[in-house]
Amino acid sequence: MTTDIRTPAPPPPQAPKAQPGHLTSAKGTGRLGDKIFLGFSRGAGITLLVLMGAIAVFLTIRAVMALSKNEGNFFTTFEWNANSTPPVFGIAVLAFGTIVSSIIAMLIAVPIAVAIALFITHYAPRKLATPIAYVIDLLAAIPSIVYGLWGALFLVPHLTGVYKWLDSWLGWTVVFSYDGGAARSLMTVGILLAIMILPIITNVSREVFAQAPKMHEEAALALGATRWEVIRTAVLPFGRSGVISASMLGLGRALGETMAVATVLSPSAILSAKILEPGGGTFAQNIASAFKEAGEFGRDALIASGLVLFVITLLVNGAARLIIARRKEYSGANG
Amino acid sequence: MAKRIDINGLNAYYGDFKAIEDISMSVEPKSVTAFIGPSGCGKSTFLRTLNRMHEVASGGRVEGEVLLDGENLYGPGVDPVAVRRVVGMVFQRPNPFPTMSIYDNVAAGLKLNGGVKKSDLDGVVEESLKGANLWNEVKDRLNKPGSGLSGGQQQRLCIARAIAVQPQVLLMDEPCSALDPISTLAIEDLMAKLKDQFTIVIVTHNMQQAARVSDRTAFFNLAGVGQPGRLIEVDDTQKIFSNPAVQATEDYISGRFG
Amino acid sequence: MTATTMTPADRADHLGIHQPRLPKWGPAVIAAGSAAVAIAIGLVAGLQSKIQWGLIAAILFVIGQYVIASRVEGRRQAKDRLATALVWVAFLLAVVPLASLIYETIARGIKVLNGYFLTHSMNGVVTIQPGGGVYHALLGTIEQVAIATLIAAPIGLLTAIYLVEYGKGKLAKAVTFFVDVMTGIPSIVAGLFILSVWIMMLGFGYSGFAGSLALAILMMPTVVRSTEEMLKLVPNELREASYALGVPKWKTILKVVLPTSIGGITTGVMLSIARITGETAPLLLLVFGNPMINNNPFEGAQASLPLYIYEQWANGNEASYDRAWAAALVLIAFVMILNLVARGIARWKSPKTGR
Repeated sequence: MTTDIRTPAPPPPQAPKAQPGHLTSAKGTGRLGDKIFLGFSRGAGITLLVLMGAIAVFLTIRAVMALSKNEGNFFTTFEWNANSTPPVFGIAVLAFGTIVSSIIAMLIAVPIAVAIALFITHYAPRKLATPIAYVIDLLAAIPSIVYGLWGALFLVPHLTGVYKWLDSWLGWTVVFSYDGGAARSLMTVGILLAIMILPIITNVSREVFAQAPKMHEEAALALGATRWEVIRTAVLPFGRSGVISASMLGLGRALGETMAVATVLSPSAILSAKILEPGGGTFAQNIASAFKEAGEFGRDALIASGLVLFVITLLVNGAARLIIARRKEYSGANG
Repeated sequence: MAKRIDINGLNAYYGDFKAIEDISMSVEPKSVTAFIGPSGCGKSTFLRTLNRMHEVASGGRVEGEVLLDGENLYGPGVDPVAVRRVVGMVFQRPNPFPTMSIYDNVAAGLKLNGGVKKSDLDGVVEESLKGANLWNEVKDRLNKPGSGLSGGQQQRLCIARAIAVQPQVLLMDEPCSALDPISTLAIEDLMAKLKDQFTIVIVTHNMQQAARVSDRTAFFNLAGVGQPGRLIEVDDTQKIFSNPAVQATEDYISGRFG
Repeated sequence: MTATTMTPADRADHLGIHQPRLPKWGPAVIAAGSAAVAIAIGLVAGLQSKIQWGLIAAILFVIGQYVIASRVEGRRQAKDRLATALVWVAFLLAVVPLASLIYETIARGIKVLNGYFLTHSMNGVVTIQPGGGVYHALLGTIEQVAIATLIAAPIGLLTAIYLVEYGKGKLAKAVTFFVDVMTGIPSIVAGLFILSVWIMMLGFGYSGFAGSLALAILMMPTVVRSTEEMLKLVPNELREASYALGVPKWKTILKVVLPTSIGGITTGVMLSIARITGETAPLLLLVFGNPMINNNPFEGAQASLPLYIYEQWANGNEASYDRAWAAALVLIAFVMILNLVARGIARWKSPKTGR
């Protein structure tokens, strides 16, 4: 029997994580080679920290320069005329569009992603489950510009019929009123974003559901629970925080998505509740669309809006990480 | 309410692999029947065929009959979910639902069925916890999570959860193997009490335990690696441990193998 | 249990284990029925969009099965069937757009994708006419991604080594936290950052290298994360065995830990490469796009594959759309090959995953 050290058997999934490297002193043996190596690796870590700091600092400097000359109110102004004199620009439309399209995306994607995750872990025939999971993994790798191209050239023309239908049934709500133009609206953006973030939410949720302890599922089964009741009592409570953090990760992506929105949306400085009608904008889309015409000052203005986007995504991602961290503590406490 | 079980010509498979072969035996009502045998002889698999949990495993398949009071659990039109409400199960590792309180754990099975009034539920929970010799230890903290209890208490909580749905039979799959000796003793005492109400089948690796708690004992063995497990003999516990009919049983009990 | 009328078959049912069940083919029949009714509704009401037909069929199936099951099998079974139906419908609902995306890209992209397309640039091509190719964009993407990898992979790798092998105390905690935060930076924000520093402050022009810097920022955190996971899988016994032989820590890391996990690390790096290859937004700000071949990533505007797709789409005519689809197909193929190779390496290097 020869043991190949290049292929260590992975530890069992339930086993408590060992803390590699911590058994010896953090500083190694004090030799020159150790000092150099530690220096390099610590330097790399510090580089990352500096980079994060630099991003925040530089964006802020530029944003402050832009805001000092802005004649409009940055938060309530609708239009984006950073190149005019005096410059007037505000993020009201962009913030609205970003939030609305992301909410639509989440409302569609989260339930479907959870269902697909359950499908893979608990419903699909085993022979199907593995390839499906694999394909969804691959779909997460499709570049957003391809989604954008598909959205603009395929999805938009195919949605007009659905929107007319929605209008005929729900048009009285104003939100779903639609008068038949090209479907390059926030709703379409939301649907496209939902399709884009579906794979990532599915993947994370699937992993969490697959980790749900078999013994609790068996306990529920032995009490005479149907498959759905097993999932409700033993799988969903276990996976809840995982699904929440997966959704937050998806939300982070939806908020910052640029190309798919830039290709699909027909932007305008309108803030309207009619989500099926073209118009509106998002932070990232506005940066991409307005960049080529922007002068030096116009770029500063775009950077200011980028800073807002940066802060929003930081908050969302931070919240997701906190939830994950808390879940780790929780599961650690219970062995 | 305890029922008798008759097993006729039972085979169980994992995919193409035959785990147990041609088992026929009877389990008497209101008694404790112990399954003993070396690891991998299929006794746990056999236990799981008695409440149709075996089919849950991938490729799990069963042939033959399991008659509960004359009614075939594998007959046409039988709902496995309903079977598991009649034949309860306790597992090797205590597995209370971690997100539920002690109270909700015991009530879990009843809540699934629905239509139970809150006042009735309180009564059943108390009765079940008393039945599992746990009431006095937890009555002041019914709303605390079940995972906060000790291992032995958790296992008794699981027994309370199982008996709360009023099953006919209680299957126990090495219920003490994860517990310390004192907790084990508590569970064994409990079994002696529960057999007045339930038909109990227990799988155990511990022969002293089988001798202590069971009325009848079944010995399982396999002919070789990759061969299916078979029932070697079943008889009164006293007879098995003092004067078994088959040489292999004696070898196993006297510690000559396994 | 609900009392059922006694038939000879369940006369013995005093345990309540017999439940009336829908036959095995029940759901299939209900599904077929719903589809038929949906088609009928679609034809009668004159709904053009097939999406609507599908939605109607899905709703009919879910509701129909619930109603029938609750009549025959009772409330709990009906709920179970409802959940099963919803899960299946959700799965199909998700498969349709994703399959359509792949189908459209292949079907429309294959039209102009040929040797000529891969070996020519857009130099001198009038956008509304067919012709031209992606050579310049492919070249740009490969150069930009390669430079980004050369920057990000060493930093990411060393950071991961620091976190796993040395990491203790506040610095390591801070790095861990900010690596997580960095994972979530929108790509356009990374682009804006490099724009403000490299182009606006330091005064460099648009170049492939500027794009590489932004891509490197996006790549670093994913490299750190995946490498960290792989290093953690290396059993401590190996490190101890090496220390016990008197090997210093840095040599242990280089000679024992890294070789043991090199397969997984390579996979992680390749997956990050695949991820940044498709990034468009920062390149729009930093590389700017160029219809001609520019071999030098350090000087002047370059093209890039994702950016090329965007530009061709923005041209807004059929010939350009064809080129956009073809380029999308090339891009997907490129990314998928990277993915498959990466996963192949992972599988080949760790054959013992018991799952």
